[in-house]
Amino acid sequence: MILTLILLPITAGVAMLGIRSAVVRRCLLMVVAAVHAVLTACAWAHSPAPVLDGWLLLDAPGLLFLGITSALFLVVALYALGYLNREDWGKRQDFEEGFLFSNSRESVFLCCLLLFLGMMTLVTVSQHFGLIWVAVEATTLTSAPLIYFHRHRRSLEATWKYIMICSVGIALALLGNFFLAVASTLSENSHVPMLVSRLIQSAPQLHVLWLKAAFLFLLVGYGTKLGLAPMHTWLPDAHSESPSVISALLSGALLNCAFLAILRVQQVCVAAGQGDFGRNLMLGFGLFSMLIAAAFILQQTDFKRMLAYSSVEHVGIMSLGIGVGAGYGAMLHAVNHSLTKGMLFLVAGNILAAYHNKSTRDIKGVLTVLPFSGLLWVAGFLAITGAPPFGIFLSELTILKVALDQGRFAVAFGYLLLLSVIFIAMASIVFPMAQGAPSGLPTETSSDTAIAAVGRESALAIIPPMVLCAAILVLGVYIPPVLQHVLKQAAVTVGTF
Amino acid sequence: MTHMELWIDILIVLLILTNLKLMGSSRLSACIRTVALQGILLGALPLIAGHGQIPFRVVILSGVTILLKGVVFPWLLLRALRTSNTRREMEPFIGYSTSMLISVGLIGLAMWMGGRLPLPVPLKSPLVVPLALFTIMTGLLAIVSRRKAISQVLGYLVMENGIYAFGLTLAQKEPMLIELGTLLDVFMAVFVMGIAIFHINREFDHIDTDLLASLRD
Amino acid sequence: MTMNMTLLQIPAAFILAPLLPGVINRTKAFFAGRQGQPLLQAYYDIAKLLRKSAVYSRTTTWVFRAGPVISLAAVITALFVLPVGGSAAPFSFTGDMIFLAYLLGVVRFFTVVAALDTGSPFEGMGASREVQFSVLAEPALLLSLAAMSLIGNFHTAEIAPSRSLFMSLSEIYARLTMNAWAQSGTVLLLAAGAIAIVLLAENCRIPVDDPTTHLELTMIHEVMVLDHSGPDFAMILYAAALKLWIFCALLAGVLTPVRSGNLLLDTGAVMVGIFLIAVGVGVIESIMARLRLLRVPQLLSGAGVFALLAIVLVLRGQ
Repeated sequence: MILTLILLPITAGVAMLGIRSAVVRRCLLMVVAAVHAVLTACAWAHSPAPVLDGWLLLDAPGLLFLGITSALFLVVALYALGYLNREDWGKRQDFEEGFLFSNSRESVFLCCLLLFLGMMTLVTVSQHFGLIWVAVEATTLTSAPLIYFHRHRRSLEATWKYIMICSVGIALALLGNFFLAVASTLSENSHVPMLVSRLIQSAPQLHVLWLKAAFLFLLVGYGTKLGLAPMHTWLPDAHSESPSVISALLSGALLNCAFLAILRVQQVCVAAGQGDFGRNLMLGFGLFSMLIAAAFILQQTDFKRMLAYSSVEHVGIMSLGIGVGAGYGAMLHAVNHSLTKGMLFLVAGNILAAYHNKSTRDIKGVLTVLPFSGLLWVAGFLAITGAPPFGIFLSELTILKVALDQGRFAVAFGYLLLLSVIFIAMASIVFPMAQGAPSGLPTETSSDTAIAAVGRESALAIIPPMVLCAAILVLGVYIPPVLQHVLKQAAVTVGTF
Repeated sequence: MTHMELWIDILIVLLILTNLKLMGSSRLSACIRTVALQGILLGALPLIAGHGQIPFRVVILSGVTILLKGVVFPWLLLRALRTSNTRREMEPFIGYSTSMLISVGLIGLAMWMGGRLPLPVPLKSPLVVPLALFTIMTGLLAIVSRRKAISQVLGYLVMENGIYAFGLTLAQKEPMLIELGTLLDVFMAVFVMGIAIFHINREFDHIDTDLLASLRD
Repeated sequence: MTMNMTLLQIPAAFILAPLLPGVINRTKAFFAGRQGQPLLQAYYDIAKLLRKSAVYSRTTTWVFRAGPVISLAAVITALFVLPVGGSAAPFSFTGDMIFLAYLLGVVRFFTVVAALDTGSPFEGMGASREVQFSVLAEPALLLSLAAMSLIGNFHTAEIAPSRSLFMSLSEIYARLTMNAWAQSGTVLLLAAGAIAIVLLAENCRIPVDDPTTHLELTMIHEVMVLDHSGPDFAMILYAAALKLWIFCALLAGVLTPVRSGNLLLDTGAVMVGIFLIAVGVGVIESIMARLRLLRVPQLLSGAGVFALLAIVLVLRGQ
């Protein structure tokens, strides 16, 4: 079953290249997404058997992140149907600089999209550190063509930075893997295999110095992928220039995969009695990421970049959550953030499609022009900044509570301060965009009738973010027992509660 | 010191010199060839360092490494260089002589660090760890100090080589599947970067990455 | 007996040194498919120049006349501290490597001053280049000698490490045995590489300078001595040959680790080494082009890097 989860998207992705008909391609995308989601649901119901000598197995953290990835992918695939319909396949004009560009071929785009899903699945089920590395690097490579969907110079620049920075970061993670291998060398002829479970078993015998060095390098390496400041510099560019569908997946699913990779090392560190070392580092990186995010969200003029920096903030919160020992809160936050950010990027895609503009200064009156999207935009803003009754409020509160319980008042103070700064900063961007008389629309749609024409939102553009919005609303008031169970187990694996 | 160890030492010093050559050369094609040479030397290192009988998997991995790093990557990059109408000079932010001086400083740093890291298992040559660290640092320096996209890819490759060299120190070998997977990933990375360079050249008529600066806050 | 052998090195250098340019020229001629000059051409040149009288420009002063004399004197002095292979120099004392380097510095200084004294812009240009390159070449030479002295120390534990750098050249070279090569061949190889590059640079050979060029714009050494004539120029030629001999001996001492204790055999091996190096220089001149002037500092700093790397390796303790 685990193998099916991985191989299904990969084979379907390769098959995409050979399919001529656009309808068949899109049907295949939906089928794969749906089957993947169903299989994942089955995995949640009954834990599947390990395969390949335990190299691939689903434990609680893997199951949790696989669940997020699969659910988000299903919703995003639905949105992608509408998105691909909207996209013009000939030469088209760039609305920022006015030059002509074309898109990648749809078959290539869908192929990479499915391969990307396959590789993210592989990250969640891998138990071998080498395999995790291979899979994480593969997610970078399969997602690079997705970012370069619009073939123009800005997206190319973003793609280049993405490949270069992430590849270098991941190369450092490889060095971290080697350090881990050194740490697990007991004597000339005996060593512990690099499987998470085996390393945890023999954790007391590992070389502490090398384990610490390994953790540091893996944290920096995968942290680059995760978007922790100061390694986050690729993130705003890639998120703002890729199609909104991809931004949603990058923020909602890919970042979690990198987070999971870091959690795997933390598991070993905790077992070796070095949990505090890892926690302190993650706490530091987390707070710094929040600080950087707050600084760049203030006065941000591009709403997709604003959302990207908000992702930096939230991975910071997740990292900080692990740092203060609030594993449950951090995991819950990962779920909430993925769904919320996915929804926000999809709505941002709707706004972008109507306004042909990314500037927060120009856009006004989203609520009037796009009633549904406007509403979702405001709701999404409230959700992402942690206003009740949405899920993020709950997870942020959980983390705060643990921080206070642990007596880390300075951390709690900084955390609250940065959260409020970000709330104010985002409010001062989002509300002016949503309210007021429509402005910032393309010049040819200045008349009222034209605005009405733009404002007719298609169901495929509205239903996916609505579903996500409903999900985070539910998570804010009620956490299903099965999720509760997995969250708690996942929290225990990293030595927290 | 046996003759074997002398040969390993000479190979390592040659590898160090390829790094210095990379930092000191002004021609892109010369740099690509230097990195190719480095890949070949690195692929040969486990063959020379092996005691007595060399296991079959080591031969296979060395062969794949030499093929990829010594032949395929340079070929890809030289092709990218030919198709892009770029000037053949490196145009670094940091001058060649300064780069060399920095490199010498980095050698000292790497030696110092290598001396302080206690390895659980004695090594065939005490120079392998400093070599690996120095190569990684050279790669990073090349990435940040050079402005051509191709030279950044070269820096990435050199860094990767350094990490590979560190992997050679391990008594524990990762399963072959993983090592091949790693090589495949690196190959794909270079391949994707090559395609990106092609597009950058077509889109901008140059491959200077410092001019890729329209995205900023 | 020993004393006699070491003293014989000096006359040997006096007699054989002008043969080296001849060997280099014949090698180049061989590669170019020419018959080339006679091997003894340098002797003929010197003899011919000695029979002529010197012509002095009215703008020159005594500095111009003193230049060749002092240069030759300094080179000859340098010969007395130069060990040829394992056989010690007639004089040796702690730190004589610096003495040697400074004597070569004196040669350079007076050549440069004499060139400047003519007031010719071309000679001034050559002088400036000479000085610029030697700034890089001199440390490379000293560093590689230092690296070799550190090796010697590691094999004979009697000397305290703090004094290890302060050895005489003769002591350093006496320790470069086959055993030293087996123990730290990489260090010696790097040091030899550095000395070889310095040899090419200091003796105005390709790829740094072209000794046969007649285009003033690109010349370094030849342009500085354009105005000398007669016995003065003979002295310059002879000093150049001796300087080449010194560097060849320094390099050959590293590359021919024959230290059998039999002075005749040892010295013989080094002599053969010296002439083989001359052939090697000829080969390099035949197959390489002169570097652009801008690239020369890079080559020389490369030599410095070789030497530094050697020191780092030897300090790392192998």
